[in-house]
Amino acid sequence: MILAIASGKGGTGKTTVAVNMARSIGNAVELLDCDVEEPNDHLFLKGTLRSSHVVTIPVPSVDGALCDNCGECGRFCEYHAIVCMGGPPLIFPEICHGCGGCAIVCPRKAIKEISHEIGVVEALDCGTVRLLQGRLKVGSMLTPMLIRSVKERAATTGTVLIDAPPGTSCPVVAAVEGAHAVALVTEPTPFGLNDLMLAVDMMRALGLPFGVVINRAGMGDNRVNDYCRAEKIPLLAEIPNDRRIAEAYSKGKLAVDILPEMRAIFLSLYQKLLALAKERP
Amino acid sequence: MSKVVITTTGETLDAPMDPRFGRAARFLVYDLDSKSFEVIDNSESLGAAHGAGISAAQSVAKTGAKVLISGNVGPKAAEVLAAGGIEMYSFNGATVAEALEAYRQGKLTKIK
Ligand code: SF4
Ligand code: SF4
Repeated sequence: MILAIASGKGGTGKTTVAVNMARSIGNAVELLDCDVEEPNDHLFLKGTLRSSHVVTIPVPSVDGALCDNCGECGRFCEYHAIVCMGGPPLIFPEICHGCGGCAIVCPRKAIKEISHEIGVVEALDCGTVRLLQGRLKVGSMLTPMLIRSVKERAATTGTVLIDAPPGTSCPVVAAVEGAHAVALVTEPTPFGLNDLMLAVDMMRALGLPFGVVINRAGMGDNRVNDYCRAEKIPLLAEIPNDRRIAEAYSKGKLAVDILPEMRAIFLSLYQKLLALAKERP
Repeated sequence: MSKVVITTTGETLDAPMDPRFGRAARFLVYDLDSKSFEVIDNSESLGAAHGAGISAAQSVAKTGAKVLISGNVGPKAAEVLAAGGIEMYSFNGATVAEALEAYRQGKLTKIK
């Protein structure tokens, strides 16, 4: 079963929900940290690194002895990753998508492909939780591609939790696609509601079953609750606005380790997500 | 034929300069010989998720201009412009006409 945790923007408590739910489930669970530009689940789960896999794409390399500066490769590349200005082609590996098209169109067979690293996928053992995390190489634009390679390495059985990147753009779609149910984490404030509505639109467009988790419940107003009721969106959990949770977070500790009574909230969230996933026709 | 490209938010010589290059709204292409100009839009680069600067540099090259005046040119765009033999000058604020005047008087700072 694949369950994703997402939010319309960063800083709503998505990490808190992901790591605490993973720990609360208890028996072997796999957590995928797909926030590859800033993976931070490992700060809370603190495991031992088991393996690290470098993810590469093939990028062009031009043989100057064969190239006659014809410009075909540059005209072909819609990403502007290979550019011809009359002289030898300029190559920008960070924005290349590795499609291989330029090598195919080159009439002189002057382009060969070399590996270019876009990031790594690391596996960590953290007690009952197995953590898989992607780390995008600084400067690389291929966030969705790295997220997909994290997911390719996930277990095919058992429970897989996905900690999606914040927002509503392509990387989020890459992270949540294929999930059986999604928890959208938000805060009970007008800004929180606004970002939640964007995330809800995305879930509906993707056709994924989803519900809402209100983090720091009680700190703001009831607008998120009212909205969920009006839109018939299930409220999966409300995490109280307890300063001990924030303190645990700031020290890199798990709320459920410090406040064992919190475990019930995350377990119930897990059960509700499973139920949502099963409801799906 | 000597043409100068200036990044702008408007469509006339009195229009303000656009300090951005890759994400500039438009390019005003001024022909120093005929003292005429045309305005081309940069929507293709604006629509690109990445590589806007590179794409804008290619558009500038296509106009045949050998001089560009903008606020800020990123490193990738600068590499492409340099490969196209286009000189880059930086000028902040003010209008297109003032940028042109400053260029004519040799008052602009060249971006290396
Ligand atoms: S491999 Fe594809 S994206 Fe990369 S430079 Fe060649 S044509 Fe462009
Ligand atoms: S298509 Fe081949 S020969 Fe032509 S410029 Fe590109 S690398 Fe050189």
